Amino acid sequence: MIKNSSKIINLIKVETVEMRGIVKQFPGVLANDHINFDVHVGEVHTLLGENGAGKSTLMKILYGIYHQDEGEIYVNGKLVNIRSPLDAIRLGIGMVHQHFMLVPTLTVAENVALGLPSSRKFLLDLDMVTERIKELVKINGLYVDPEAKVWQLSVGEQQRVEILKVLYRGASLLILDEPTAVLTPQEVEELFHVLRSMIKRGYTIIFISHKLREVLSLSNRITILRDGKVVKTLPAVEATQEKLARLMVGREVLLQVEHPAVKLGKVALALEGIWVQGDEGLHALRGIDLEVHSGEILGIAGVSGNGQSELAEVIAGLRKPTQGKVFIKGINVTNWSPSQLLDYGLSYIPEERMRDGVVQEFNIEENLILKDHIHPPYAKGIFMNFHKIGQESERLIKNFDIRTPSRYTSLKSLSGGNIQKLILARELSRKPSVLVAAQPTRGLDISATEYVHRQLIEQRIKLKTATLLISDDLDEILSLADRIAVIYEGEIMGVVKRNEVSVEELGMMMGGVHKDNIP
Amino acid sequence: MRPDAYAITIILLAATVESGTILLFPIIGEIFTERSGILNLGIEGMMIIGALVGFATAFMTGQIYWAFFMGMLAGGLASLIHAFISITLRGNQVVSGLALSIFGLGVTNFYGQEFVNLQLAHTIPQVIIPGLSQIPFFGPILFKQDYMVYLSYILVIITWFILFKTKAGIQLRAVGQNAQAADAMGVNVYKVRYFWTFFGGLMAGAGGAYLTLNCAPFWLDGITAGRGWVAIALVIFARWNPPYALIGAYLFGAINALQFQLQSMGTTIPSALLSMQPYFLTFILIIVATLLVKAKHIGVPKELGIPYAREEK
Repeated sequence: MIKNSSKIINLIKVETVEMRGIVKQFPGVLANDHINFDVHVGEVHTLLGENGAGKSTLMKILYGIYHQDEGEIYVNGKLVNIRSPLDAIRLGIGMVHQHFMLVPTLTVAENVALGLPSSRKFLLDLDMVTERIKELVKINGLYVDPEAKVWQLSVGEQQRVEILKVLYRGASLLILDEPTAVLTPQEVEELFHVLRSMIKRGYTIIFISHKLREVLSLSNRITILRDGKVVKTLPAVEATQEKLARLMVGREVLLQVEHPAVKLGKVALALEGIWVQGDEGLHALRGIDLEVHSGEILGIAGVSGNGQSELAEVIAGLRKPTQGKVFIKGINVTNWSPSQLLDYGLSYIPEERMRDGVVQEFNIEENLILKDHIHPPYAKGIFMNFHKIGQESERLIKNFDIRTPSRYTSLKSLSGGNIQKLILARELSRKPSVLVAAQPTRGLDISATEYVHRQLIEQRIKLKTATLLISDDLDEILSLADRIAVIYEGEIMGVVKRNEVSVEELGMMMGGVHKDNIP
Repeated sequence: MRPDAYAITIILLAATVESGTILLFPIIGEIFTERSGILNLGIEGMMIIGALVGFATAFMTGQIYWAFFMGMLAGGLASLIHAFISITLRGNQVVSGLALSIFGLGVTNFYGQEFVNLQLAHTIPQVIIPGLSQIPFFGPILFKQDYMVYLSYILVIITWFILFKTKAGIQLRAVGQNAQAADAMGVNVYKVRYFWTFFGGLMAGAGGAYLTLNCAPFWLDGITAGRGWVAIALVIFARWNPPYALIGAYLFGAINALQFQLQSMGTTIPSALLSMQPYFLTFILIIVATLLVKAKHIGVPKELGIPYAREEK
């Protein structure tokens, strides 16, 4: 039974939800292929699967954002037709989206009140909404100021607003879509604490994730999806990380990469007091000092949006610093153009790979020579040497295991993993002395991630490349980096050796505590 | 101040309000349309359709208020073309808006042929508000006008209130800032956008009708003379907020009134150069406004010009 909160909101109780034979077809993809899924009151049922396995699609069907092509949904044993989020809300189902559905220019209370009937007809009743939010905050431990504007809130607070929105509408079944992706380790713990206490008070949670450790820590039951189909549903007590990974991918997976120590070379990349303006006009980087040695992977850890993108762009020459200097191999390269930097031995794996990494309308061969098409052997005077280009492309497609019918295949028909392999092939075959890898495995499946990791390590051993690895995924940083720098609001909170730091310490730095101030 | 200079100032400022009112309607309309995420560049077209329909109705029926209403409605109907293309078909809003402007100019050129150089016998009558019009200086400027001007004052207050104090306003702002979030909260994005695009059309039609029913009570091809484009620029100056729209519209109105006054006083400055002044002012205003918007990040609806589709992967 759900206590206390029933006084201030009309809770809509959900005892069971059952989805039977759900089919959803998108152009070119069968996202959900006859999926059966059920959840009962008082449990956390996790949907686990790789990107594109169909987890979010299934939940968007339950929440009425999509409509299934086939199949039925039963709530409390009754067949229902959910045509819009409004229908779902009326049934007591609420969803917290991976990308927050908040209007940044409105206050917390205004965001919560959005779309709800007002007690004063056409006028807003924000004072009442505010009061009720305060009650909900108290009962559930979701601390947030109802009168603050959403853009002023931290990511963790914004997530609490999302949960409050759902609770305010009386939902007792919460769908949480990858809720931990944007949180620091401490914030994840806090969130889990809140969720566990909500479960005790009779709420029910569907948790979507691909992070095995978190799934095991929170769930009662786990359903694994692969390619739009249910692979297995099992109780969490019967699962291990290895078992879950195998079910997700369909074969054995190595969760850890071999990471032999390498002797450090000279400083290959150095940043001195770099200040950079972000897109919003404020300073995104505030006096960054960093050094990366040859043969080293320096990981940049941090919650996304703390200046990581700007850091990558300033080194790649795509953003001009307002102050400070960038050195590559001892030469001041500040304000060099991207093409000068490329010729000087910089390679760049961009965060937005589809936007900055490739030309989607070009074929594989053309994309492979994008950066070096003006140099021999690809060019001869004003002409292109297509014979040579073809030879090189074939070699790279083979060496980097790009799965494609031919080198003339348009990029559009390649999967995300293969596109990233293509970018790796192009960037690494240039034998860079400095490599900036921004979110190199974001959105990739486990196999492609494994491949990218192996390539980065190999590059570091064989070519002594100095690699700056920027990633939101702390596990990735921990398994690849030799040293870790933590970035928070455009400042470095500390640089530490990987084997001399705990996850808790990193978490504190990611939350804005300077290394020297950690007790 | 010498009495005749005082009198001239009063006349000038009263003319400023009149001339500004032509723009105030469409600016307010476009503020709401853009706040919902729809960019309608068809104001010029909707205004001139409103202008012709208003003029023709007044000419044939003699019912001046009925004519104003018909002009307004015509603008609203024209806006539905743009709404259909940009909301339902998710077409390119810039192209659709430009097409609407060109369509409006073309269609009024054709149907307006029989009215060219005709004049209205009566314009919208002046209604002096007792009491308020006695206030020194401001009285004769603000309260010796007509019902449409008074309507525009009320409109500024009401629309500001709707925008910031009502459910409709919060839904409108949410749709324009994050349509997906609004949809997830059960707000019908399409309905909100259709409604406010239609409202924008009504207001553009009202501005056009007010032009031919009061300020220039005759018919000429292209009589709106680019005022629709100025309105779009002034929306940015107003930072999508109705009270600022009033300032923008009256600044434009002031320059317009002044250049007419200078022309009638027989200045030696070429009239074409004088007629250019309001448009030149628009440039200045838009530069100032853009700098302000850039520095403070205010107002710009994030979804402006982006079609919304729920089921898109």
